[in-house]
This record gives sequence, C-alpha cells and structure tokens, in this order.
Amino acid sequence: MKASAFSYARATSVVNALELLVAHGDSAKLMSGGQSLMPAMNLRLISPEMIVDIGELAELRGIAVGGDILSIGALTRHVDLQRSPEIATHAPLLTEAIAHVAHPAIRNRGTIGGSLAHADPASELPACMVALNATIIVRGPKGERRIAAGDFFRGIYQTALSPQELLVAVEVPVARKNSTHFFSEFARRHGDYAIAGLAAQATVQGDVFNGLDMAFFAVGDRPVLAKAVNRLISVPVTPALLSEASAALAAELDPQQDQQASASMRRHLAKVLMVRCVSALLGRPDLAAGGPG
Amino acid sequence: MTAPVPVSLDVNGERVDAQVLPRLNLADFLREHLQLTGTHVGCEHGVCGACTVRVNGEIVRSCLMLAVQAHGASVQTIEGLSDSGEVADLQAAFRDRNALQCGYCTPGMLMAAQDLLKQQAEPDREQIREHLSGNYCRCTGYQAIVDAVETTARVRAGYRP
Repeated sequence: MKASAFSYARATSVVNALELLVAHGDSAKLMSGGQSLMPAMNLRLISPEMIVDIGELAELRGIAVGGDILSIGALTRHVDLQRSPEIATHAPLLTEAIAHVAHPAIRNRGTIGGSLAHADPASELPACMVALNATIIVRGPKGERRIAAGDFFRGIYQTALSPQELLVAVEVPVARKNSTHFFSEFARRHGDYAIAGLAAQATVQGDVFNGLDMAFFAVGDRPVLAKAVNRLISVPVTPALLSEASAALAAELDPQQDQQASASMRRHLAKVLMVRCVSALLGRPDLAAGGPG
Repeated sequence: MTAPVPVSLDVNGERVDAQVLPRLNLADFLREHLQLTGTHVGCEHGVCGACTVRVNGEIVRSCLMLAVQAHGASVQTIEGLSDSGEVADLQAAFRDRNALQCGYCTPGMLMAAQDLLKQQAEPDREQIREHLSGNYCRCTGYQAIVDAVETTARVRAGYRP
C-alpha cells in the first residue's frame, strides 16, 4: 500500500526540529532513515499528518570516543556502526549485532536513533543498549534529559520520549578489560525480525562471571534484562546451576504469541540462548551439551 | 499543507526537476513520473527487495524512501546500470544460469549482487546469500542466482568460468 497524505518539513537544525514538534504536537512524527516508519506508514498502521525530516542534520551523526564513553549520534546509520573501528574496539557487541539488523539496503539508511525511538520489541539495538548499560540522551523544549536504557523502553513501540522530544545520541560505556559479549538470535530468514534473541555483555575472571547482563528481545513487550542470571555470578557454574537459572528465566519471561511462535516456543528458545551464551562466554562446551533441560 | 514540494536530483546521470507530493515514494516517482519501470514494486514495506536502487552509490529500498528525501541525491536505477554496461556480465550470467524465470525480482537482485561485487571481489556462497538475503525470489530457489553471482565474481577476478 501507499502512505496516506501528509505534509512535510525538512528540519534545518535540532532547534528547528524541536520548534516544528512543538508547533505540530502529536500529529507530527520525526523521520530519520525511515526504515521503520515508512513500512508502518505504507501499511497504514500509522498516518501522521506531518513528517519532520531530520535526515539532513549532520550534527546528529558520528561516533566519538572520550574517556570511558563511546558517543553515538542518533543519525549514525547501521552501516556506519558496522564499519566503525571505534565500535569494533569499544563496543564489539554492537558490531556483531548489527549484522543481524535487516539487510544491506536497509542498513544503508536505518539509523540507531530511529531504531531506538521506534522501540520494536523484536529489534536488536534496544536490547544491546540495555545489555551495554547505555544512556540515551534526548532533547526537548525544556532542555536535555539523560535516560538509562533500562528505563527508556516502556512497551511495544513505547518509550520514555515525549512527543516533543528528540533522541539526539546514546552513550555507551567502553568495553572494559576482561569483558566479553555474546549475541545470537533465531529468525526465519537472516536479517528478519527475531523470534527470540539475546544480547549479552559480561566480565569473566578465570572461570567465573564477575558481571553478566543478558538482554533478551522478541520475548516480551520490551528488552528484558534477565534477573535469573544473578544466580550465575561469582560462583562456579555447574550444569545443575545453569539448568536452575534457565528454569528461573522461563518463569520470569512473559512472551507474546503470534504467527511466528507460541509463547512456550519463545520461552524454550530463550532458555537455549541462555545456555549457549553461558557456555560460549565461559568456554565450556560441556554446559551446552545437554541443552537447556 | 500537503502541497507538492520541488525536488531536484540526478537520475542515471540526468538532472531531473519535479514537483512531488510528500507521500510519493521514490519507487513510484521513478516508475510513474520518469517511466523508469525497471524498478519493481513488490511488498511496499521493505521486505522483498524488488525496488532496490542506488542512492549516492549505496543500495536502498526505494519504497522506503520518499521522493522528497532524494532531493540533491544521485540515483541510479537498473536502466542506468544496464545502459552503461556495468552489469552486462552479471546479466549474461543470470541468463546463462537460468537465474530468473518471471523476472520480477531480477532488477533488485542485480542491484544487490553488483553492490556486493563492488565491495568484495571474491565472495563465497555464504557471503553472497547473506548480501542477497533481503531480496526475495519466488521462482528459482536461489541456487541459480548464487551460481550466477559466484561465476561473475570469478570471471571478474580473472578465473575461467
């Protein structure tokens, strides 16, 4: 289908974009790369009266490292993340995850800010932000707010952004020594939305986790930071303990059911991902040998 | 307020000036305003890849881009790549390998395949599949398409076919 009619304004600066949002209220929608918004508009799932195109705002583009923080401008495209040596060095989880975000032609236009603001529960980048403990920076008429990624995602397509705010950047703590990551997802076709997925960041000392953040996606209405992993921190991981943790994970999750998978299939896949993740991060193939039980 | 917006862009090396409605996507602009009907419209929500074109040298979904967003851009369609001879060998390989039947996906496939071959001289079959993963073909089962792309890469790299 085709998008319904709307009026169009090309923002000339962040300030100008915010003015346009204030002037047009809820009827306006920001567009950056349009790779989530355009499908929704073409399918008539949404019909904004006004599109504020921020795609040309160069001030929102780019990757910079300062101290312990990696700053990524909202308009940085997926392809830019994928090719960035800074991202590969300081947030390798993102480099790995981005290869699963849609397909090359979409990665050439889709942006990190657009993906996060859209907040599709099946998309990869929101979960990565939660696993990486990132801070999301938004600007509105009253100034700037800094929101922890864990508090930013509120539900299906729901975020902490108000209609008059613009996501301008994210800040990701640079990966520390001893830190390691894991990314995996199940999808019908490479690049399609996940049926269940996991982005994890960990610090490992010897054969024990010092820290472990597992953000599951496509198994809830937002990225889910699994509490069950706390059982695996600072203790030697045995098959029995892992089986206990994966059972706790299944109890903690409340996945949706749709034409791709039932809730119980999603729970099962999340358990599989947890077991594979722990096994891979600790270099313990024995832990994955029996499956999630 | 939904009045036409002026746009100027370069399409296959020719400057185009037009007035377009904001809702018009780039695929429909190319097909209906410029009669460049080699760009096909399949799913209209970014899944099938039939509408793949090049914008500023990079492949994009023309159904997921507004014509107004192409203002100032350089757009290349399958007609441009075909006329310049840039994909002549790839087209010949598709024909030789029966890598098309109905042909609906072919312009998008060629666009995506040529994009890969520009970035990577000798991709393996897995990399070819990965790069074409966003392009649906409902006729061939993909094997022949991967064959054609692989063959073209090898010939371009100087191997005998």
